[in-house]
Amino acid sequence: MISQTYSSRKYGIIGIIVLIGLVYLTRLFLLQVPKNSYKLSAENNILRYITEYPTRGLIFDRTGKLLVYNEPAYDLLVVPGQLSDFDTTELCGLLNIDPLDFSDKLSKAKKYSNYKPSIFLEQISQEDHAFLAEKLYKYPGFYVQARSLRKYPYNTAAHTLGYIGEVTKNEVESDVYYQSGDYIGKSGIEKFYEKALRGEKGLSIKIVDVYNREKGAFREGIYDTAAIAGKSIQITLDADLQKYGEYLMQNKIGSIVAIEPASGEILAFVTSPTYDPNLLVGRIRSKNYTILSKDSLKPLMHRAIMGTYSPGSTFKIVNALIGLQEQVLYPDTKYDCQGPNSRPIKCTHFHTTPLELQGAIMHSCNPYFWKVFRSIINKPTFENTEAAYNNWKNHANSLGFGLKFHTDIPFELRGNIPASDFYNRIYGEGRWNSLTIRSLAIGQGEILVTPLQMANFTAIVANYGYYYPPHLLKSIIDQKESNNNYRQKQTTINKKYFSLIVKAMNDVVDMPHGTAYWVRIPDIPVCGKTGTVENPHGKDHSTFIAFAPKDEPQIAIAVVVENAGYGSTWAAPIASLMIEKYITKEINRKWMEDRIANANLLNRNEEKK
Amino acid sequence: MRRRSNILANLDWITIILYFTLVFLGWLNIYSAVYNEEHQSIFDVTQRYGKQLIWISASVFLIFIILFLDVKFINAFSYIFYAAGIIVLIMVLFFGKEISGSKSWFHIGSFGIQPSEFTKFVTALALAKYLSSYNINLQNLKVLFNTLIIILLPALLILLQNDTGSALVYFAFFLVLYREGLSAKLVVAGITILTLLVLTLLLNKFYIWGGLVLVFFILLFFIKRNFSNISKLFLLLLISASLVYAINYSFNHFLSPYQQKRINVLIGKDIDIRGAGYNVHQSKIAIGSGGFWGKGYLSGTQTKYDFVPEQDTDFIFCTVGEEFGFVGSLTVIGLFMLLLLRLVQLAERQKSRFSRIYGYGVISLILFHFTVNIGMTIGIIPVIGIPLPFFSYGGSSLWAFTILLFIFLRLDSFRSQLL
Repeated sequence: MISQTYSSRKYGIIGIIVLIGLVYLTRLFLLQVPKNSYKLSAENNILRYITEYPTRGLIFDRTGKLLVYNEPAYDLLVVPGQLSDFDTTELCGLLNIDPLDFSDKLSKAKKYSNYKPSIFLEQISQEDHAFLAEKLYKYPGFYVQARSLRKYPYNTAAHTLGYIGEVTKNEVESDVYYQSGDYIGKSGIEKFYEKALRGEKGLSIKIVDVYNREKGAFREGIYDTAAIAGKSIQITLDADLQKYGEYLMQNKIGSIVAIEPASGEILAFVTSPTYDPNLLVGRIRSKNYTILSKDSLKPLMHRAIMGTYSPGSTFKIVNALIGLQEQVLYPDTKYDCQGPNSRPIKCTHFHTTPLELQGAIMHSCNPYFWKVFRSIINKPTFENTEAAYNNWKNHANSLGFGLKFHTDIPFELRGNIPASDFYNRIYGEGRWNSLTIRSLAIGQGEILVTPLQMANFTAIVANYGYYYPPHLLKSIIDQKESNNNYRQKQTTINKKYFSLIVKAMNDVVDMPHGTAYWVRIPDIPVCGKTGTVENPHGKDHSTFIAFAPKDEPQIAIAVVVENAGYGSTWAAPIASLMIEKYITKEINRKWMEDRIANANLLNRNEEKK
Repeated sequence: MRRRSNILANLDWITIILYFTLVFLGWLNIYSAVYNEEHQSIFDVTQRYGKQLIWISASVFLIFIILFLDVKFINAFSYIFYAAGIIVLIMVLFFGKEISGSKSWFHIGSFGIQPSEFTKFVTALALAKYLSSYNINLQNLKVLFNTLIIILLPALLILLQNDTGSALVYFAFFLVLYREGLSAKLVVAGITILTLLVLTLLLNKFYIWGGLVLVFFILLFFIKRNFSNISKLFLLLLISASLVYAINYSFNHFLSPYQQKRINVLIGKDIDIRGAGYNVHQSKIAIGSGGFWGKGYLSGTQTKYDFVPEQDTDFIFCTVGEEFGFVGSLTVIGLFMLLLLRLVQLAERQKSRFSRIYGYGVISLILFHFTVNIGMTIGIIPVIGIPLPFFSYGGSSLWAFTILLFIFLRLDSFRSQLL
């Protein structure tokens, strides 16, 4: 019994043991019992939310030709919180991106979320994916997700079809359906019919282990939803006609719009210069987009709806109709013309004088229509010029000018039919009259129209006074409820006033003295009107409106070729060829086709200057 | 037969029940940690839980052998066991197999054994043998020196194997020395050094020096101010200040960056959930997400999907915390507390000094492993890779602790006689 002297030290030891036990239990209690972030972290660790992307709907033309389909592609996703050390250089090599870009993308992803996947590289082609998939196990935190790329086998109507791209921050905020990295229609059909085309995303929640291997569905998949495929769409374009129009318009700036008058369906929606829609797809998109947006010829601009032009002589028809409706003009009304010596507007055409209305249209006599316009604005039943002008404007609006159609064409412009306030502001109230605004008589001055509005007006004439708002949707395939609820719109012009106009327009093309006689089509009576639009920025725009056949018309068309000169020289033959192509499905006037297609009118502007 | 029934009657069954409970719970948790759908049978010996069952069976066999050993033989052969242990440790340095940076394994076929696990109990035996010899007093410097040699020799050899964690275990024996009369001054000095160590790692050394000077003047106020006292106190101040400098210098110059990082993460100077802190972070998520009742057996997502590394060995406690919640933690910690306190009780009732000192050796080793292992899973102590006694997967560890404990129970069954 030597060392019992220290036996009291056992209490110290017991104390240490108990103290450690209590400290640990307290720590464990604080760690485990109160609500804390650890539970959330555990879920974040194991749950991976996988969006099931539906296939996007296909797009067909009116004859059933496939315009847009999907090709499998893959997005590379990254979850920054799951990354571990890896060979950056090798991965950059695999993905074919440079290391600077790589770290840029990574920090962007980190900024978005450490735990949620964000798109690292979008739309990797099938071949590249096969290569990448083999090596991906080396890079925990990276996954691929199957998506699809839009493909355009017909390579036409780029602007009309539009393109898809990653959603912007605003789009994500304004619609809960979208998440960062999703695709959305950015323009054209893709944008307007986004909801039908996209389908509905599905969601599956998967459990993953530390190596990101899937370990099955979370709670047997009770929270999972299946993706619903997007609906396919048939549009009103005729792919062959569209492509033919693009062919004729090559190396020219301008637009062709063709409408089926009986329905308002747009048959061709050509804007030139155009681009290959396949360029704005996948990884090459942003690069190509930049190139296209910097092009001085503005190939991204859809001139058929965004190009606004003075209508020129084609607008004489409008004034004729308004004059007839207002009963200040009659078919036999004669006005004389002093040719180049006419005042206040000189005449540029040589013709007999005086002319009746039909002849005036055929010869596009400027002084005649100035007098028509004057009689509309000075009509004594109105208390003043402004009232008469507003009445005129009301007619013009009812004929589809100065307004948007609000159908299914995103980004259309309304052109310009000035309000009377505009003139009041400039000249002062009551201090302007028909003479002040005389340019409007011949479609010059402040007035601006889009090719779509011109084509629609042509359809109105073809229909003798009504139109269906021009649109692009033929049907959403497999959708029960009808989507074509575009109602017939009556204009302010009585049907009876059209027959004379139609006759006159027919003379323009089919009578030897008509301004467009040379573009007549044997066996197809065509009604047309040329326009040579003065243009302060350069050479005149060549315009032409036409419909055919004269009775029961199948196509109404407007053509604008910028800085090309006379309407009869360029726009008229283009319209004529389009009509022939659409009605007979073949071209007999090869010489005319070649002359047009081979002409390069891009630099006309510079020549004049 | 009479002799055997005598042993059984004198065995401490409370400890035995605690032992088997811990081993059984450990095995269940290893099953859960390693669980995979393809090998669902808990007896599947291709899997670790199946293997653990083999180690457990072998432990039972070991227990029987130990219980039949002559107590006098154990006492007499203490030094020889110790010497054998040291020789094996040296051999490992030459013939061992390196596993994850530590050269601490012997491989015989596919069967690996870790000698450092077994040198713990031989050191406990040698220490008990030495300190129980006639006329030994720890106040004696030569005795203290010899004692330190016994403790630190295996620690040094294990350190050479690059297994820092197992080497640190030997510091546990200071608890034994404390019980056996280590000078109170040394104990105070030890605690002071420890405090200075932690403070140095945490704070700028200039603050600590300032603090030390402040303490010096306060103490000056209380002591009898004669030349001898003042100069002693001043000397202490100088030693402490140089110690702080030395710790600081060693930390910056002798530790590898990864060791520095581990320490910094522990004391909260560094947050790094990808690198050194990853284990601890995931471990805390596992335990924290368990809640009060736990997620249920085999339902721990952290465990099941391998987010916690080493979850069947060093981080086995995560499985307990995640699947059985606070209730499970309370149970396991309670069981260890009961075991340790029971062992204190047993140690104190020994007539033989040898048995008592050995008993405290057992206590200090289990306490150290328990404290460090659970402490690291809940982020109180740095990640030092040592197993949780009886719980963690592994034959060497289980056998070593079984032998350690049952030698003591064998000694205890013989407690009425002096050795």
